[in-house]
Amino acid sequence: MTRAWSEFVKGLWEENPIFRLVLGMCPTLAVTTSVENSLGMGVASTFVLVCSNIVISSVRSLIPAKVRIPCFIVVIATFVTIVDLLMNGFAHDLHQSLGLFIPLIVVNCVILGRAEAFASKHPIALSIADGVGMGAGFTLGLCALGATREILGAGSLTIWGDLKVAVAGYEPMVLMILAPGGFLALGCLLALMNHIQAVNARRRGKQAPLPPNLDCRHCVICKWGA
Amino acid sequence: MKEIIRLVGVLCVICAVAGALLASVHRITQAPIEAAAKAETVAAVRDVLPESDNDPVADAVAVEHHGAEWTFYVAKRNGAFNGAAFETASPEGYGGGISVMVGVRADGAVNGIAILQHHETPGLGAHIEGEPFRGQFEGRRPDATQWAVRKDGGDIDQITAATISSRAVVDAVERGLDVYQQYARMIRAGGEQW
Repeated sequence: MTRAWSEFVKGLWEENPIFRLVLGMCPTLAVTTSVENSLGMGVASTFVLVCSNIVISSVRSLIPAKVRIPCFIVVIATFVTIVDLLMNGFAHDLHQSLGLFIPLIVVNCVILGRAEAFASKHPIALSIADGVGMGAGFTLGLCALGATREILGAGSLTIWGDLKVAVAGYEPMVLMILAPGGFLALGCLLALMNHIQAVNARRRGKQAPLPPNLDCRHCVICKWGA
Repeated sequence: MKEIIRLVGVLCVICAVAGALLASVHRITQAPIEAAAKAETVAAVRDVLPESDNDPVADAVAVEHHGAEWTFYVAKRNGAFNGAAFETASPEGYGGGISVMVGVRADGAVNGIAILQHHETPGLGAHIEGEPFRGQFEGRRPDATQWAVRKDGGDIDQITAATISSRAVVDAVERGLDVYQQYARMIRAGGEQW
């Protein structure tokens, strides 16, 4: 049980798909123009991720290594189509705003990445924990980015149309909900996450956990907050 | 050889299971999806049509114009023709096609428009959905209106920094009205239990 818990928790912070693994950037940049879209995309991706993890984990001993990638893709694509159909039929408004991005879940690296790196090597229970954790981390990351961009770019926060918070006297910076704003907001949040982790590690007297592939020659993250 | 058969076999089984699963989900969701699409059309039609006491979708008149099918949703009040709504589109939006539902009064003036689908930039071109822009079309008579944005010498105020989107909407409305006028008599006749 503790093992499953740690697999769940790691997706939220330590191995957050967006801010630590930096996977699935296409949907991340495309849908985070509002919190509502981010939430919908996150929940849909989580559903697909958990389902594909369950299936891939349960048939992992039957799939020959040589054709594992096509098998994973078929499983993932099936669940994506199911989500697409269900959403179109039963949550039509959400489907209207996410429509274009749902098919993109198929090529979301987070999902294929977890299938390859985790579900194909671990038992079902752990794979579910991993899927839920990674999905939740992905959703949280999307929402953080979505909220940042919506507040700066539209001057308000809307969740399901009923809960609307407007920032009074703020002239919206439209750039933030356009494509360049996605890169700006993502870059700033990534830097912030790295900074927080560096400071936390220093407090505990450990070395800062470096993001993968980080080139130390040009980076000063470790020296911040000293 | 044996291995190839095993590889192909596994892939086939997985694909067959996936196909069966999708077929059953499709069967469940087919009706709700069609209902939702229809409800959407009905809502847009009601939005732009003048007052009516009939079912505009049931009384719709289909017309073929240069190979494309146009559906005119007819509004009636006390059995008499009271206006029509139709879907028109322009491929020349900033982010792709824009489709517009246009409502026309019995005298031929525009009653209102609704944007059905667009891929315009959020925060800029997406303002074509807003009332300040759409409201300009209300009450405009086709013969007494210059169908162009003000920048091009017309009567419709374009949205600042979104001239292309505004132009596309105006273009779609103008083209739709043109088709409507060509078939207006037939549509009115259809409205009288033709």
